[in-house]
Amino acid sequence: MENKQLMMGNEAIARGLVESGCAMATSYPGTPASEILSSVAALEREFRTGMHVQWAVNEKVALEIAYAGCQAGLRTAVSMKQVGLNVALDPLMSAAYMGTKGGFIVISADDPGPHSSQTEQDSRLMAMAARIPVLDPDSPRQAREMIEPAFRISEAFGIPVMLRPTTRVCHARQDVASGVIVDLKRRPAFEKDPARWAATPKFRLKLHGDLERKLSEIAAHAPTAPVKLNAGPKRRARAVVASGVAAAHLKEIASDPDLTDRFDLYQVLQPFPLHAEFIEEMGRYDAVLVIEETEPVIEMQLADRNRVQGKLFGPVPRVGELLPEGIESIVKGFCKMPSNLRTAPAGGRRPTLCAGCPHRASFFAIRKAAPRGIYTGDIGCYTLGLNLGAVDTVLCMGAAISQAAGFYHAYKHTEKPPDIVAAIGDSTFFHAGVPALIDAKVQNAGFVLMILDNRTTAMTGGQPTPAASFGATGNPLSPVAIEPLVNGCGVEFCRTVDPYQVNETIEALKQALEFCRTRGPAVVVARRSCLLERGPEAKAERIGIPVIVSDACDGCGYCIKHFECPALVMSGNRVSIDPAVCTQCGVCLNVCPKNCICPA
Amino acid sequence: MDRSTDQQIIVSGLGGQGVLLVSRILAESAILKGFPVLTSEDHGMAQRGGTVVSHIKAGRFSSPLIRPEQACGMIVLAPENLPLHQHFVGPGGWMAVNGTASGENYPDRNLFAVDADALCRKIGQPRAMNLVMLGFVLGKSDWNEFAPSFFCNMAEVCAAVRERFPEKVSASAIPALECGYEAATGG
Ligand code: SF4
Ligand code: SF4
Repeated sequence: MENKQLMMGNEAIARGLVESGCAMATSYPGTPASEILSSVAALEREFRTGMHVQWAVNEKVALEIAYAGCQAGLRTAVSMKQVGLNVALDPLMSAAYMGTKGGFIVISADDPGPHSSQTEQDSRLMAMAARIPVLDPDSPRQAREMIEPAFRISEAFGIPVMLRPTTRVCHARQDVASGVIVDLKRRPAFEKDPARWAATPKFRLKLHGDLERKLSEIAAHAPTAPVKLNAGPKRRARAVVASGVAAAHLKEIASDPDLTDRFDLYQVLQPFPLHAEFIEEMGRYDAVLVIEETEPVIEMQLADRNRVQGKLFGPVPRVGELLPEGIESIVKGFCKMPSNLRTAPAGGRRPTLCAGCPHRASFFAIRKAAPRGIYTGDIGCYTLGLNLGAVDTVLCMGAAISQAAGFYHAYKHTEKPPDIVAAIGDSTFFHAGVPALIDAKVQNAGFVLMILDNRTTAMTGGQPTPAASFGATGNPLSPVAIEPLVNGCGVEFCRTVDPYQVNETIEALKQALEFCRTRGPAVVVARRSCLLERGPEAKAERIGIPVIVSDACDGCGYCIKHFECPALVMSGNRVSIDPAVCTQCGVCLNVCPKNCICPA
Repeated sequence: MDRSTDQQIIVSGLGGQGVLLVSRILAESAILKGFPVLTSEDHGMAQRGGTVVSHIKAGRFSSPLIRPEQACGMIVLAPENLPLHQHFVGPGGWMAVNGTASGENYPDRNLFAVDADALCRKIGQPRAMNLVMLGFVLGKSDWNEFAPSFFCNMAEVCAAVRERFPEKVSASAIPALECGYEAATGG
C-alpha cells in the first residue's frame, strides 16, 4: 500500500533527493526555498545515510561545494531562492561547460508575485543563459517525481540540471507517496582531467561545442517531453501550452463544464531546451496560447510568431503571479467566450517586526544617534526597519555596506556630509558583507555599520549562521565569531552592545559616528537573540520588564507610528498594552516623548 | 449527513495568529479520511504580522489556489480581513469570523461571528484563538448549520491532531477545539 503523507513542496523535493541517493546537499536559506535543505537535514537525522548536509555561507559557495561532489562521481544537489542563483551564477556558467560526472541538480525556487523577494526573475531564463536543461514542476508530487529523472539526465548527458519550483509549489502541501531512502554506496572517485576540469580558453571552445550538442540531444529526450493533458476537440484548432503551477491551474480550469474540449492542453515539463518535435507539432495549430511564469521562455522557443500568443504578443500579463482566475479569463478570451474577471480587492496589513524584536530597539537607537542620516539596509527581517524610517535603501544581500561606502564617496567633498549608518544582519554579513567591509576599510570610507546579530537567519525560519556552533542536522561545527572577523577586516572600532539597553546603544553609535568621521568604518554589533530562538543562549537572555501606559497618555499615537510595536494598541483615545502580545522587553520605556509608558 | 468530498476552504488571518496550523490540521484530517488534499500557504515576510491566507482543497483538485466564489467556506481569524477575502466564498457559503462582524454586507452568504479571543483567554490559552475558531466551525457544521457540511467532523479532526502532531501540540489543541465547539453548539 502506498504510504501517503502530507508534504510541503519543499519536503517533497527533499524526499525526492534522499530517495534518489543524493550524497551531498547544500544551500543558503531564502524564501521560498529554505525548507528544502532543512527537510533533507531532518531526513538525514532520521535515517543516517551519511549524507553531507550543510548550510553554506552563501549560494556561490554552496554550489561550488555540491559541484565538486558531482565531479567526484556522487549525486549532489544545491538549493536556493532565485536571487541566490544570481550569486551562484559565476560557477554555474562554467560548470555547464565542464559538465558533470555524478548527477548534479541545481534547485532554484522562483517567487512570482513577488511574495518574499526583491525580483520576479525567472530562473528558467538563467538556465537558458547557462545552457542547461530545466524542469518545471506543477505540484509537490511532481516536484518529488522529477528528481530521479533530473539526476538521470545529468548523468546520461554529463550536464547540470536545474529544477525550478515556484512559491506555489514550494509552499503548497499535498498528500505525497513516499518511497524508500536509497544509499547508492558510491565511493568518491575524482579522475584528473585538466583539459576538462581546469580547461583553458582554447579547450573551453570545445566544451562549448559539446554543450550545444548535449542540448540538442536533450531536446529529444523522451522522458521529459511535453504531455497532452486532455482529449481535446476533434480538429486541431487551438492549443494551450502551460508549465509549472500554471499547468496545475489549467488542468482544473480545462475541466470546467463550459471549457471541456475547447482546446488541446499540453504541459511542458522541460521548458528549456524545448523538445524539437513539440515545436514542430505546435506549428500545426491555428492558434497556440502559452501560459507560464514569469518570463516567456517557452513562448520564445516557439518559432511561428503569427500563431503564438502569450506574454510577448498576447493577453498574458508580463508581471505578477498568474492566478487561476486570471488564467481562466485569458483562456476564455482565447476560445472567444465571454468572461468576467473577478479581481480581488487590494490591501491588507503590512508585515512588521515582532513585539520585542531586538531589531526594533536597534533601529530606534540608529534614529536617535543619527537623526538626519542616510540609512542603508539589507535583506532579512530587519528590512522591515523601513516601517520605522530607519532603512532608506535595500538592494541585495550585503549591499548595505558597499552602498554606505558609495554614499560616503558621493558626499565626501560636500561641506557637511551626512551621517551614514548601514544595518545588516549576522547571516547577511557573513554571506556578502565581509568583502564589502574590507573594501570600505581599504578605501577609508566613513560610516557606521551596525551588525544586527540575533544569532540566527530569522526571516527564513532560523537556520544557523557560521557563528553558531552547530550545522543543519544539529551536528557540532567550529564557529567563526563576528568581532574577530570585523577586526580581521582591519576595522579599528568594534563595540558590542545589547540593543535592549537603548541608551548604551545610542551612546555606542554616537562614538562610532565620531570615530568614522576621520578614521574609516566603525562597527557596532547589536547582539540579542531573535525571539523565535529557543536555544540556551536565547533562554539566558530573557528578561521581563512589565510596562503600562499611564493615564496621562493623550493618544497622540507617536509610539505606534514611530516604534510600531504590535503590542502597543490604540484603544479608544489612548494607547494601551496588549498583554497577549507584549514580551516585556521594556524597550518602549524610552519611546514616549511624554514619558507615559512606565514600568508596571 | 452529506459530507461532500470536493471542498475548498479559505483560512484568513494575520502572521502569527496560527493560520498555518489550522490549514495543516485540516489537511491532515483530509488525508486521514483518504481524500487527496492540496493547500497553499503564505510564508516568509508576510508571517511577520502581515495579512496571510491559506487555501485548502480537499478532493479532486490539481491547482493549489482557490478561484473567487469557489470556496464553500472561510475561517476569518482577523475580522479586518473579511472585506479582503470574502470574494473567495461563493453564494450560500459560510464565513466564520472571530470578533464582531455583521452579515449585512453579505446577504447571500451565512456569517457566523464569535469572540474567540475572549474564549481562549477564558480557558487560559491566549494564543489558541485559531483552534477555538476551528472548533467553532466544526460545531456549526456538526449541528447542520452549514450546507453542505464541512468535509470532516470534530471527532475526525481531534483524531488527526492526536495522530499527526506532537503530544505537546495536541495536549493544548484539543481543549481549545472543544472550547470553540461548545460555543457553537451550546450558545
Ligand atoms: S504612549 Fe506616549 S507616544 Fe504613545 S500615544 Fe500615548 S502619549 Fe503618545
Ligand atoms: S515591553 Fe513595550 S516594546 Fe516590548 S513588547 Fe511590550 S509593548 Fe512592545
